[in-house]
Amino acid sequence: MLSLYGTDVSSRLLLGTARYPSPAVLAEAVRTSQTEIVTVSLRREMAGGKAGGAFFEMIRGFGVQVLPNTAGCHSVSEAVLTAKMAREVFATDWIKLEVIGHHDTLQPDVFALVEAARILASEGFRVFPYTTDDLIVAERLLDAGCAVLMPWCAPIGSAMGPVNMAALRSMRANFPDVPLIVDAGIGRPSHAAAVMELGFDAVLLNTAVASALDPAAMAGAFASAIEAGRDACLAGILQPRDMAVPSTPIIGKAVFQ
Amino acid sequence: MTFIINGEEQDVAATTLAALLDVLEYEGEWLATAVNGELVHREDRAAFTLGERDRIEILSPMQGG
Repeated sequence: MLSLYGTDVSSRLLLGTARYPSPAVLAEAVRTSQTEIVTVSLRREMAGGKAGGAFFEMIRGFGVQVLPNTAGCHSVSEAVLTAKMAREVFATDWIKLEVIGHHDTLQPDVFALVEAARILASEGFRVFPYTTDDLIVAERLLDAGCAVLMPWCAPIGSAMGPVNMAALRSMRANFPDVPLIVDAGIGRPSHAAAVMELGFDAVLLNTAVASALDPAAMAGAFASAIEAGRDACLAGILQPRDMAVPSTPIIGKAVFQ
Repeated sequence: MTFIINGEEQDVAATTLAALLDVLEYEGEWLATAVNGELVHREDRAAFTLGERDRIEILSPMQGG
């Protein structure tokens, strides 16, 4: 079981709800992924609009934990206010904190992120910060009151997969007791398996599932890969070496000449 | 009065936030409101008096990653 701010979850797949071809496909993907946590957002509602209400009811119908985000926020004040509004709507202290610093890479502004995390944690929020793989930033976030870290492994939606395995490995080694969730950059199930093999606790997916030809099937494929990666990590993975090692024992081999 | 509602200037005959939502036919437990950068809780909207050119944000849930 993975424990996130005192909530135990069996599934190590967190699923975003954006960019699916239809609400029905999203619902099917949530089901096949077996996720217990979905991410959602807030946007301006049109006068008399009912779009938000329909989505709200659908999400409630999933019966899963909701993790609202502050996507699109570029400043501390924007992110803090959005988090407060999300708490009002979704009645949860959980917040996926995003403070974007770069328009093209959507790289987090880690300085603003730490400041926003400090403010929100002091106001009772359970902060899930979308961060980089920088160790010092990670330390600052923990100091600010975060008890979970969500490093990217590549830019959001890029599907590049883990571009710096050494950094992720270092992060795992430095924070052995902190739940680490890879958020952003995963493109395919093998990427997810790779970070789970490293010992990461969970993976947050959206585009890789939502933009697949068959999102529901892809959600299932990711669920299997994440479970396989986790099992492999626990089983103890053989480390690579330069020279061959015969798998068949030599002792007792017949000598014909 | 004139307000900036979700980024757009609008004249609405309302003096409280609750009245404004009513006039513009916003309703639903899923709405969150802020005025001039501060959250206004659902239960405080009726007593929240608006001023000329107040910046009002009305948000609702949507898909997110």
